[in-house]
Amino acid sequence: MELLWLVPALPLLGFALLTLARRLVRGVAALIGVGSIGLSMLVTLWIAYSFLVSPPQSGAASDTVWSWIALGDFRVSVAFYLDSFSLVMILVITIVGFFIHLYSAGYMEGDDGFARFFAYMNLFTASMLILVLADNLLLLLVGWEGVGLCSYLLIGFWYRDPANARAAVKAFVVTRTGDAAMLVGFLLLFTSLGTLNIQDLLSKAVSQWPSGSGIAIAAAALILAGALGKSAQLPLQTWLPDAMAGPTPVSALIHAATMVTAGVYLVARTHAIFALAPPVQLAVGIIGVATLLIAGFSAITQRDIKRVLAYSTMSQIGYMFLALGVGAWGAALFHFVTHAFFKSLLFLAAGSVILAMHHEQDLLKMGGLWKRAPVAFWTFLVGALAMAAVPPLISGFSSKDWILSWVWSSPAGGPVLYVLALLGVLLTATYTARLVTLAFFGRERDVPEHVHPGGALIAVPLIVLAVPALFLGLIQTPRSLGGVNLFASFVQGVLPEPGAEGPPSTELLLMAVSTLVALAGLVLGWALGVSQARAHLARREAEPAGSPLHRFLLSGWGFDWLYDRAIVGPYRWLARINQSDVADWIARGFAALSRLLNRLLSLAQTGRLRWYATALGIGAVAIVAMVVFL
Amino acid sequence: MSPQFSDYALVVAAVLFALGLFGVLARRNVVYVLISVEVMLNAAGLAFISAGSKLGQPDGQVMFIFILTLAAAEASVGLALVIQFYRAYKTLDTDSARELKD
Amino acid sequence: MVTVLFFVAGALAIVSTALAVTRPNAVHALLYLIVAILSLSVLFYLLGAPFAAALEVIVYAGAIVVLLLFVVMMLNLSHQSVAEERTLLKPSIWIGPGILAAVLLGALIALLSNGAPAGGDSIEGPAAVGTALFRPYLVGVEIASFLLISGVVGAYHLGRRLKEPRP
Repeated sequence: MELLWLVPALPLLGFALLTLARRLVRGVAALIGVGSIGLSMLVTLWIAYSFLVSPPQSGAASDTVWSWIALGDFRVSVAFYLDSFSLVMILVITIVGFFIHLYSAGYMEGDDGFARFFAYMNLFTASMLILVLADNLLLLLVGWEGVGLCSYLLIGFWYRDPANARAAVKAFVVTRTGDAAMLVGFLLLFTSLGTLNIQDLLSKAVSQWPSGSGIAIAAAALILAGALGKSAQLPLQTWLPDAMAGPTPVSALIHAATMVTAGVYLVARTHAIFALAPPVQLAVGIIGVATLLIAGFSAITQRDIKRVLAYSTMSQIGYMFLALGVGAWGAALFHFVTHAFFKSLLFLAAGSVILAMHHEQDLLKMGGLWKRAPVAFWTFLVGALAMAAVPPLISGFSSKDWILSWVWSSPAGGPVLYVLALLGVLLTATYTARLVTLAFFGRERDVPEHVHPGGALIAVPLIVLAVPALFLGLIQTPRSLGGVNLFASFVQGVLPEPGAEGPPSTELLLMAVSTLVALAGLVLGWALGVSQARAHLARREAEPAGSPLHRFLLSGWGFDWLYDRAIVGPYRWLARINQSDVADWIARGFAALSRLLNRLLSLAQTGRLRWYATALGIGAVAIVAMVVFL
Repeated sequence: MSPQFSDYALVVAAVLFALGLFGVLARRNVVYVLISVEVMLNAAGLAFISAGSKLGQPDGQVMFIFILTLAAAEASVGLALVIQFYRAYKTLDTDSARELKD
Repeated sequence: MVTVLFFVAGALAIVSTALAVTRPNAVHALLYLIVAILSLSVLFYLLGAPFAAALEVIVYAGAIVVLLLFVVMMLNLSHQSVAEERTLLKPSIWIGPGILAAVLLGALIALLSNGAPAGGDSIEGPAAVGTALFRPYLVGVEIASFLLISGVVGAYHLGRRLKEPRP
């Protein structure tokens, strides 16, 4: 495990090289940018191999790089902590991250900010790796804020368009709202438990705090707020659809490997505290299911291919939060893994489609692309089927089914949550099917004459990522379908199961129900796609008027409108009335006073020698007179 | 104790110093300014000597010798400046040199 | 006799200095300055400082004032400049410095009248001065010699004729 520090250090080195070296040749910049992640991936694979062959004694290993802060008893070191949980995280981050970087080398070709792009991407990956490997909360915060910073930089990558810059600021400010709460939560943990080391913290919390105590609830709720911001869950979800302003590989990286999963990681990592706070844990589940449904409904109405995927990410993360809420930590992590693969695949394939369409993102203008861009089509189809949870081999099916079975059988779950989650399955299948139908099937509507879905650098990552998206589900299957339990047993030590599993017959029944619902959703979505395509062809360019409900869903349930009115508006009003505030008056007053004195004193500068001598004489005489007469 | 010579000498020194100051400030001719500076230095020397005499110490005269040295150096440098001044402005009026200004 | 001599010399010093400072003709002013210096030298002698009196005559009257005189003659200030000086000596010009000098004089007199230290006149001969000069004040003497050297170099450097006249 001595090599562990290399995993975040290599991308960081890549970032430093790309930033410090000016005017790199494109090839060299790509080599550094992709190569650093590639090496990091190889190191991670080696670590994973040695972890599996000879697992550490306690199931975890840590690597202290250097002592960061040492003040008396208070010690914080830059230390990396590796257990099966963080191993899974870094595997996913580096592997998915590597292929996204590889794809970017093709996608960003010809962009002016080529080296800058890779620098940010490397820093992004490095921050996420630091976040998941951090041994203490302070280092975790470093990674956390680094991720937030890079999301700002990358969403606003094409900063010349003010809309992109606005989206970047929005993402930063909204996530920061959660971060502030999270920081308070960290400080609360530190002041009451006296340590920042995560493992010590968890064991102390379990031994010192009774279940349901006020402090546990407060700490869990504050941490949850931070997680909600980063993971784009209700009510801090509004930044994610706008985050599509960045280049498509950035969206893939944000949605699949980094950023939005940070919240899931944080909650799962501190699950001991959440287990002590049942009301907060219930809130996690409710928020998860609410986001799942809200985002699902919104996704059905979107016209922009990337916005559909953005809302789908929100709803998939909603699944993860639901799983966290019912205590199925392992299932949440597994869904994160499968989601990382199929969502990155979907985004990258969508990027290829966007390239083919000459940067047109409107679904209604596509159609019939399956034979024009076959690689993008087949890989997109794999990702879409995985997301829609169609059995049996597709990865999304096994992870989602795992979550659903726990929602049914866990003591924290229940029939109500289950039915809502099932509705989510229906919605997921519907919007996925609609997306595929509109983009790839039917008549070509406004497809350009010549399509360029990209070269080998684009195709290879797509094909490679499609493999795990297809078959990753095999490592964890329901008992009725082989009962492979590799994943669960691997993370068992860190992320325990919420209770005993239900009888196999129930499981089979649940599986059948969810499969039927998913298939129904596919049919529904296909019908929806066909009818919308037809309506668009009939009306051509005319903007679809849409019912009020449609507009409501299109705008993401009006959250942007609400926040604009409730928060942004009053804030800007306050800023405006405080434009010339009193504090500035004082500062400006000093400036004016010194300018006045300057003008007075420069009157004295006449250039006459006698005048200067007189001034000197007056001063000397005044001093003597003062000494004598006072 | 009745006033000694040295007390009156101090008064004379004060009068001479005031006269010197008046000359420095009132005259516009550089040569007069230099003369007035010499007068002020002389007054200071007289003050030192009378103080030394009053306290019975040779230090007053030592200080006078230092002042004398200073006056000699000052006169030589000052006169060199006067010559340059005259060459530059064709006059000795200090008020004609007003370039010490922004 | 000595007392009369002292007061005569003191009055002479003050009057001739006042004339030296106010005369419009530079040569006349310098001659008055020589008178003032000679009477100061008498004061020095009467105060018991014969060495300082001799130096005053030799260095001041003999060297510095003669130097000034040379410069004045070299610059050849004619009658025209005397007339010019006269117009410059208007009350509006000297009233301010006059007040200032009067204030200074008042302050100094006040200082002397209430704060003069006690003690009598004593004679310090050249031997005592020389001993003091070359024992405790040796460093001062060396510094003074530096000052003189820099004065010589400075005067030579500044007095040189510039290659091109100023515009």
